[in-house]
Amino acid sequence: MAYLVLIGTRKGLFTATSDDREHWALKGPHSLDTDGFTAVSEIFATAADPATGQILVAAESPHFGPSVWRSDDLAATWHEPDAAPMAFPQDLPYRPLDYSETAGVDQPESDRANTVKRVWQLAFGPQDGRVWAGVEPTSLWRSDDGGRTFAFNRALWDHPQHTTWASGGAGPAVHTIVTDPADPDHLMIAMSSGGIYETHDDGDTWNGVTKGITVDYGPDPEPESGHCIHKVARTADGTWIAQSHGPVWRTTEPGSGWTNVSATLPSDFGFAVVAHPTEPGTAMVWPVQAAMDRFPPDRRIAAWRTTDHGDTWHPWGTGLPTDPYFGNVMRDGACTDAATDPGWYFGTRCGDVWAATDTGARWHLVAAHLPDVLCVRAMETPA
Amino acid sequence: MNAIDVKLPAALASECEGRRHLNLDLPAEATLRDVLDAVEGAHPRLGRRLRDEAGRLRRYVNVYIGDEESRRLQGLDTPVEGRPVQILPSIAGGA
Repeated sequence: MAYLVLIGTRKGLFTATSDDREHWALKGPHSLDTDGFTAVSEIFATAADPATGQILVAAESPHFGPSVWRSDDLAATWHEPDAAPMAFPQDLPYRPLDYSETAGVDQPESDRANTVKRVWQLAFGPQDGRVWAGVEPTSLWRSDDGGRTFAFNRALWDHPQHTTWASGGAGPAVHTIVTDPADPDHLMIAMSSGGIYETHDDGDTWNGVTKGITVDYGPDPEPESGHCIHKVARTADGTWIAQSHGPVWRTTEPGSGWTNVSATLPSDFGFAVVAHPTEPGTAMVWPVQAAMDRFPPDRRIAAWRTTDHGDTWHPWGTGLPTDPYFGNVMRDGACTDAATDPGWYFGTRCGDVWAATDTGARWHLVAAHLPDVLCVRAMETPA
Repeated sequence: MNAIDVKLPAALASECEGRRHLNLDLPAEATLRDVLDAVEGAHPRLGRRLRDEAGRLRRYVNVYIGDEESRRLQGLDTPVEGRPVQILPSIAGGA
């Protein structure tokens, strides 16, 4: 078996390959475009489809804007459509990026237009050619041609709760998309800030599903919407785990409410959640000390694992540094490769990436000293 | 008609088959917007590197008309009047 890790960083995409998931060969930064500016562009989103080997990468050049590239040969060559993969319809009424922004005052009249700022998430759907994209400003986009062109989801944009969506520190965006292999019409998304929304009709209608999630950053401790959700994952038996700007939450039925399951974690703040692909109720998180103390607890990098739907958590895996460590794992900085013996992967803002197999339970360094890691995806490459 | 020389940065040359200059024939009253529309019509990817979907010049792309940066003139509405147009990435982009 061979494995491929895609590492999106503040400056470019790196890839690593391995046959044993212990020893890795690193390449990068890749030039997705022929001029090479993407080698120093921000990579906030990448996706890999193990069924086809297709890879998508969203790069954002500070000079030349965002775009989406595709590789059909495991990152050897890259293709970009001539037309912008996603572009807001310009007859759409302007919406300020942040409702704390006073339209026409903070934003000059001449600059008021809805435009794609950044692609935060790419997710292959179960349908042939289906790709979902989460975008800043807060919006969801759908592709049915493998990521070449995307259509804007107007139903989510027009959701009545959109007036409560705002910009967290990272920007107003849909950053989480969880598809459902068993039900192509079912999708869960999350945003910072805004909340968690679910559709059962392929995006025609959306329901906010944050009942029970409390906040300490507003006067109402349990608002109907406006939550800062960092990441949501669905475990193998259908239980959901959410890392918010505060506790880690669990639900078996998102519409009926969430329960705080942070009691045995060293802290309840963090960003990433990854679910085991086949083991029920099993997931990992990478805690951060606190919203106002954004370093790993005790200044030691660690992955924490639950095997009982969040009732208990424990540090998992040997091989990580025991010296003080100051790099956090961001929202999409961790993943599994969904192999039969799943590999777990995470990268930090210190530019280090580790991998471990589920049975090995030992972290091996994939890469070190990269630019800060924004996203990590991995797959067992097709034979 | 005016012949207008559009000079491209090296960072975008491959979008025009490696060329650093485009020669456009445009009406005498053509504005910078007309120039960029013509560039985009012939080279769509180059066009969207320079402007967003609302047609605004990207923040860190500078376009000079003659010796003047277009934002100091009338922006995209600036009449080009046969002057050369030079596109340059600004001194930005992060550490």
